[in-house]
Amino acid sequence: MGRLLGTRSADLVVVLFGVSIITFLMIRLIPGDAVEIMLGANSEVTEEAVAALRHRLGLDQPLISQYLFWLGGVFRGDLGQSVWTGAPVGGEILGRIGVTIELTVLSLGMAIIVGFPAGCMMAYIRGTIGDYVIRLATIIGVTIPSFWLGIVLIFVFFKLAPSFPSIGYVPFREDPLGNLARMILPTVALGLPIVASVSRIVRSTMLDALNQDYIRTARAKGLTEVGVVFGHALRNAAIPAVTNIGIMAGYLFGGAIVVEQVFALPGLGRLILGAIAERNYPLIQAAILVVTGGFVIINFLIDVLYMIIDPRVSQR
Amino acid sequence: MTTAATNLQATRSSNWRLLKRHPLLAIGLILVGTQLIFAFFAPLLSPYDPVGQDIVARLQGPSGAHWLGTDKFGRDVFSRIIFGYRSSLIVSGLSVLIALLIGGWLGVIAAYYQGVADRIIMRLMDILFAFPIILLAIGIIAVLGPRQGTTAVAIGIVYMPIFARLLRGPALVIAESEYVRAAKAIGLGDLAIIFRHVIPNLTSVILVQASLSLSTAILVEASLSFLGIGTQPPTPSLGLMLSEGRSFLTLSPWTSIFSGLAILFASLGFNLLGDALRDTLDPRLRGER
Repeated sequence: MGRLLGTRSADLVVVLFGVSIITFLMIRLIPGDAVEIMLGANSEVTEEAVAALRHRLGLDQPLISQYLFWLGGVFRGDLGQSVWTGAPVGGEILGRIGVTIELTVLSLGMAIIVGFPAGCMMAYIRGTIGDYVIRLATIIGVTIPSFWLGIVLIFVFFKLAPSFPSIGYVPFREDPLGNLARMILPTVALGLPIVASVSRIVRSTMLDALNQDYIRTARAKGLTEVGVVFGHALRNAAIPAVTNIGIMAGYLFGGAIVVEQVFALPGLGRLILGAIAERNYPLIQAAILVVTGGFVIINFLIDVLYMIIDPRVSQR
Repeated sequence: MTTAATNLQATRSSNWRLLKRHPLLAIGLILVGTQLIFAFFAPLLSPYDPVGQDIVARLQGPSGAHWLGTDKFGRDVFSRIIFGYRSSLIVSGLSVLIALLIGGWLGVIAAYYQGVADRIIMRLMDILFAFPIILLAIGIIAVLGPRQGTTAVAIGIVYMPIFARLLRGPALVIAESEYVRAAKAIGLGDLAIIFRHVIPNLTSVILVQASLSLSTAILVEASLSFLGIGTQPPTPSLGLMLSEGRSFLTLSPWTSIFSGLAILFASLGFNLLGDALRDTLDPRLRGER
């Protein structure tokens, strides 16, 4: 267990280091003069302005010292300044990321709450016409573009319930119910494809689990079917789906950036797209670093948790 | 001659039985086939010019003249969807090709040489894999500037680790096999072994993963175009059509509904095809479902 934790921690450091190098190099890899391109977005390009911005971004230093200086800033919580306002980009990201996280967490919750029972049911009715229909539905569900589903939901609610607040955002602290009401449609749009994929994973692992000897034993000792399915089979079948949660969260977070645009939610997606239009590269760079770093650490913690829960992993 | 004819007939009837046993494969083939025909013969099949405007006939619903209605400039939605399939398939096809050629090659090399090369390559792939897909693609597009070619490169880079990881496993088994050891013993060069013995044995894995990756690459391309950083107007693109139709959703939902369905069918076709290929090509999975 200790040795495994050691190698995993070493992996974590290597991956974080690599992620930091790739994000750092982003601005340096822009074809042409990055500073001129940035300034060209909405001001006149003069030699003094170019020199000033180049100095402010530290681009007139050797590459290694640029990287060390930048990384030092990251460790102190300084992610750089906006090209246009000079404001720290870390603050701007913190102000927006909450919306995106809320949408991601709600969709993940929906995937778990709906996907697991659905997968169990599908495994249980295996081979019937119902199973076949639901399987086809889940295949379609996996490939539904969530941004399209969002648009369709907005249209349907506009026709059927015009008073329902399908677009827009209010902060949770100001109006908790209003906030959650406005999150319902985005959550369904973003979460449904993941519900489909979770239920497919659970279905196939459940089929394996239901064929095991301990299930026969559980039935033989007179347990109810609900007890067999949820008490014994699901506990083992859930493991592959649970280990995928970190990956699913990453996928959902990316999808949330797109779905935010559909529902006019002021999250990270809007901030990044605005930054691309303004060529505010330090902001894009910082956003990618924060999100990717966050997911690498979350995945690491899930791995560690998994080692603690399942003793077989640490013995391997 | 007669034996060839009977053989052909036998193949035909076994193909037919395969389709009957896997109705989803049949649906997948139909969807993918339709798309390919649309993409290849777009100029012949589209009833109107996809960028030709007709302001008088704008925002119409489906009719005899415009099967799927018209958009805000009076452009024919059906014609734009046909051309949209073309740009969608070009971008997603190129991106999967890039991912397969670079990522897949790295995976095979890692498995064949093992040791230090393996560790370095796979760590690099782990690092790329750590970025959320859309976010990395957005970052690459921000660096290179939004253009059709950029989108393909961005998605290609994002998908590289998927192919590297997927091919490394089976390639490792092949690299350890008797016949590769025999080939080494008779003095065959590394490249010859990789091209003659390792890669041909990975064909089924490559086919399945390419199909499944195309299915998701189509969605990623549509997402990026929807966000306005993929295919640029006036080039017909499914994601862009969806985003443009959104402003007129309550007035005329047709553009949004049909372009979204087109994306769904495109992605669904390759997903079904990939799934069915995996079932039929991978003997280990046979009889499991």
